[in-house]
Amino acid sequence: MSAPILDVKGLEAWYGPARALRGVDFEVEDGGVTAVLGANGAGKTTILRALSGLIRRSGDIRFRGRPIGALATEDVARLGVAHVPDGRGTFTDLTVEENLRLGAYVRSDRQGVREDFDRVFGFFPRLKERRRQQAGTLSGGEQQMLAIARALLMRPHLLMLDEPSFGLAPLVVAEIFRVLGEINRNEGVSLLIVEQNASLALDLADRAVLIETGRVALSGPSQAIRADDAVRRAYLGY
Amino acid sequence: MGEFLHQLASGVALGGVYAIMALALVMIYQATQLINFAQGEMAMFSTYFAWKLIDLGEPYWLAFFATVLVSFIGGVVIERLIVRPFANAPVLASVIVFIGLSLIFNALAGWLYGYSVQSFDSPFTGKPWFGAGYMSAHESGSIVVTLAVLALVYAFFRFTPLGLAMRAAAQNPVSSRLVGVRVGWMLAIGWGLAAAIGSIAGMMAAPIVYLDPNMMGGVLLYAFAGAVLGGIDNPFGAAVGGFAVGVLGNLIGAYLVGDEVKLSVALAIIIAVLVWRPSGLFGRRLVARV
Ligand SMILES: Nc1ncnc2c1ncn2[C@@H]1O[C@H](COP(=O)(O)OP(=O)(O)OP(=O)(O)O)[C@@H](O)[C@H]1O
Ligand SMILES: [Mg+2]
Repeated sequence: MSAPILDVKGLEAWYGPARALRGVDFEVEDGGVTAVLGANGAGKTTILRALSGLIRRSGDIRFRGRPIGALATEDVARLGVAHVPDGRGTFTDLTVEENLRLGAYVRSDRQGVREDFDRVFGFFPRLKERRRQQAGTLSGGEQQMLAIARALLMRPHLLMLDEPSFGLAPLVVAEIFRVLGEINRNEGVSLLIVEQNASLALDLADRAVLIETGRVALSGPSQAIRADDAVRRAYLGY
Repeated sequence: MGEFLHQLASGVALGGVYAIMALALVMIYQATQLINFAQGEMAMFSTYFAWKLIDLGEPYWLAFFATVLVSFIGGVVIERLIVRPFANAPVLASVIVFIGLSLIFNALAGWLYGYSVQSFDSPFTGKPWFGAGYMSAHESGSIVVTLAVLALVYAFFRFTPLGLAMRAAAQNPVSSRLVGVRVGWMLAIGWGLAAAIGSIAGMMAAPIVYLDPNMMGGVLLYAFAGAVLGGIDNPFGAAVGGFAVGVLGNLIGAYLVGDEVKLSVALAIIIAVLVWRPSGLFGRRLVARV
């Protein structure tokens, strides 16, 4: 088995003086999908923020073998880590197309960027129809698609998503997860998905990590976690 | 009629100066929600720099472009060294830094160049390009220059990746960093651009208001009035507001109240707008979905 694309050991993170993560370990396989599950306030969003360097963190974080725990957010992104934040992070005053162009901001391969525009418009045709529209006027589902499309224009090796299903209608959620699966299978983009909707995330993931008050309560292959009735009832609530 | 046209034309010419100065204020405001009170004195200091170069025998346009470049660099350096350390400080701390900066530039100019009023030659001489009869050559040239600045700034923000990244960084710093935009540098470049634009405002104003360390005090106030009138978070509105204040100020000064109290007109505009329409005429009409 090849080395994991993301290897996290002893991750701690703080909001001011308050410690929100207390030593979290997990991995994302190269080309794999890891789901981060847990109740409200467990620290899932905090994990992604810490990996992106948006908050103070410590611990050993390796991305493609390289320590990234001391890098600024911009530099983590430039290495190929795309982060779709909770709330979707839309540039509401800009057009849909400008939002997408920002995804490609650090790239210089114009031809490749053009192809990637076509690719994401293929995944989300609605974005193409609305490319000249102010992004703040999109529906919640469209903004989630836009956030994912913007992240894909970065040509990331690892795509981190914070509750991509949040607040969306089931049909839209299904469409988004179908695309995520396709990106993972066909293009080899590794995924780290934070979700409240555990069954949805476990279907896509090969590994899962259960977070409880800033610690890992349980982790392992997603099949095993899904199969364990006690775990399901205690942690996943379904 | 001739007198009216004359007042109108010089109002437009001055309005162009206010418009680009207002644009400089808006650029900083959009990124930081702060008004840079030192913008005027920075522009004044830049203008002295141009004057010195010309005094040393350099041709006008060489001095002009050298001043724009040096002002840009100066703006970047000021942001990095002086403004940046207060990025997370309370608003009042930033206001004090801005006031301190303006006092420093004022004192520095006085110390280096003296407090006596100097004349500053216009590069536009002879017949005006248009509006002959009621407009001076400098006024016609200044209108062209300020319109060119507005067009260039618009094109920069609208069509270049860097301009897009600067707009993005101003409105959503976190998302910008997540796509790799170096937000800190965007702010510094914003300061550089504002200083560069301000220097052009100073060089266009100087032949009209003459050069002395306090030359930009009035200009900044009118520019601020223009920005508030048009909408402090809207570059287009601020530019229109700048022109409007230039024209209104001149006409009201000439026909209603007299030149001595003209400046109070600017203050009256600011107060009236803040009371009746705080977002300005072109205030933000963002449609957001939550
Ligand atoms: N900006 C912040 N400042 C201070 N504390 C915070 C901040 N954001 C989160 N926290 C705290 O950190 C802990 C973890 O929060 P986090 O947002 O990571 O939870 P989560 O697992 O993403 O929850 P949810 O499912 O509700 O999104 C919580 O106790 C929360 O109160
Ligand atoms: Mg969360």
